[in-house]
Amino acid sequence: MSGTTRMSGPGTRPGPMPSPAGRVDGQVTLPRVVASEWSKLWSLRSTPLVILVAMLAMVAFGAIIGHNTRHPGGLDPEDVVASGPLQGYYLGQLLVGSLGVLVVSGEYSSGMIRATFAAVPRRLPVLVAKLLVFAVVVMIAMVAAAVAAFFVAQAFLSGYRPTYSLSDPDVLRVVVGTGVYLTLIGLLGGAIGWIVRSTPGALVMLFGVILVLPVLLLLFHGAWAQHASAWLPTGAGAAFSTSLRTPDSLAPWTGLAVMVAWVVAAYGIAAVLLHRRDA
Amino acid sequence: MIEARSLTKRYGAKLAVDDLTFSVRPGIVTGFLGPNGAGKSTTMRMMVGLDRPTSGSVRVNGRAPHAHAAPLHEVGALLEARAVHPGRSARNHLRALALTSGIGRSRVDQVLQLVGLADVADKRVGSFSLGMGQRLGVAAALLGDPATLILDEPINGLDLDGIRWIRSLLKGLAAEGRTVFLSSHLMAEMAVTADHVIVVGRGRLLRDQPMTEFIDDARVETVRVRASAIGPLARLLEGAGAAVEVDGEVMTVEGLSSDRIGTLAAGAQIVVLELSPQSASLEDAYLALTRESVDFRVDDHDGRVVRDADLSDDEGAA
Repeated sequence: MSGTTRMSGPGTRPGPMPSPAGRVDGQVTLPRVVASEWSKLWSLRSTPLVILVAMLAMVAFGAIIGHNTRHPGGLDPEDVVASGPLQGYYLGQLLVGSLGVLVVSGEYSSGMIRATFAAVPRRLPVLVAKLLVFAVVVMIAMVAAAVAAFFVAQAFLSGYRPTYSLSDPDVLRVVVGTGVYLTLIGLLGGAIGWIVRSTPGALVMLFGVILVLPVLLLLFHGAWAQHASAWLPTGAGAAFSTSLRTPDSLAPWTGLAVMVAWVVAAYGIAAVLLHRRDA
Repeated sequence: MIEARSLTKRYGAKLAVDDLTFSVRPGIVTGFLGPNGAGKSTTMRMMVGLDRPTSGSVRVNGRAPHAHAAPLHEVGALLEARAVHPGRSARNHLRALALTSGIGRSRVDQVLQLVGLADVADKRVGSFSLGMGQRLGVAAALLGDPATLILDEPINGLDLDGIRWIRSLLKGLAAEGRTVFLSSHLMAEMAVTADHVIVVGRGRLLRDQPMTEFIDDARVETVRVRASAIGPLARLLEGAGAAVEVDGEVMTVEGLSSDRIGTLAAGAQIVVLELSPQSASLEDAYLALTRESVDFRVDDHDGRVVRDADLSDDEGAA
């Protein structure tokens, strides 16, 4: 310990605390908390890894689906439409949703959140900064992955059956929409992470909402169940991220608004709990 | 400067912190002593704003914990050894905290150097020993060049070298005019580190005095006495103003010298079989002070750990 001998000499004034180099005002501002969260996101190996795996999964699914649907005879309509090659979203949402949970719950399980709140006692800026950083990074990555998956599939299809172009009606919407959908699922995971705080609990809740709830509603045969299903985050998301529509489907922009409303509501609950609870 | 006013924290039926009022002054090291479960950590968490008081208030440098514009510059805290993501390097951990307050890279390097972690700054924290984790926690506390330091059991996990290091570090920080408040459950360590001591037990304030005074008070002289007629002698000594504790054939007398006890016994024609002055250690005094308030103790009969609050009806039950 190079610093210890110098300090322990008897009679000498210890002076253990060199003043910070340069003037530091030390004020906490939202941009600074954003910079902190940005640094946190990239300083763990798992974050870029999960994002990369999700992107690769999207593109791989695009390639496989493209390859397998070269001959359209006897195929499900959902595989043939423009959003067909984007079905990697199903795996992607599990990865991105889990990442959203872990970015928050990982801090609770490690205790990092206490160190963070000691630095930012008002807490809310941490929630906002995490949301912003995650949204920007995941949105860019997932939109890029959806675009790549789309083009890879068209490359496989070209020469076999008519291909889609981004300029065809609604195609850009479903491709970008899939990236947006995945981002919103990730943000929903983040909000649930803030609310539940424990990783397993938050993962169960997220998967319950995106995987179990829609299936559960299918068990009911009433028209209300189908109708309700369209208003779930997943149903509302499908309205703007897939080309196929059912009679219950919301209009694309309505679907986007509904899904955003879910995420906003979840963050509203998270913010209130964050303010009220002990950390 | 830390000021707790009627600070109270209740978790369900359990009163963790019970109406604590005290001040921690700048320029000295103040020790916060108490057995495990006495409410030290909860009190410190309220000082940093992690826990909200059920009632009462705590102000650090004159403001509530949430009211600081530059929190890291006001309060540096070490609250748990591992408030760190194990997958992050020490440097990146400090960097993330520093960024919240606009603290630059050079300051991060400076505190890493100061706590002796410069060589392992880029290693993942998950591979750190407990002592290294404590040093990292101290580095995080020092990041913002804070006026007040709040350290919960900083000595835990440190080797002898580390303990000496932190002792001189804290004394130096106090000498610079900072407020230094650290908790421990080890009396002996506090006696050499702290200038002032605040003792709590079961959430209640037991002592708030200069360490020298605490040590003087602790230097209790008692006399161990065996005698032919223990009962009558006990009553006689009590009549003379002593505190007497009879345990079978032996009694412990406090408040009278052995000379006086011998003289009194002779006057009453009681044969004294043994008369030996005892000097209690600081540790004994501390244990005696907090014994009543130990939250968990081992039941002598069957070795089970029982919760005192469950046994007495005046405690805990809401």
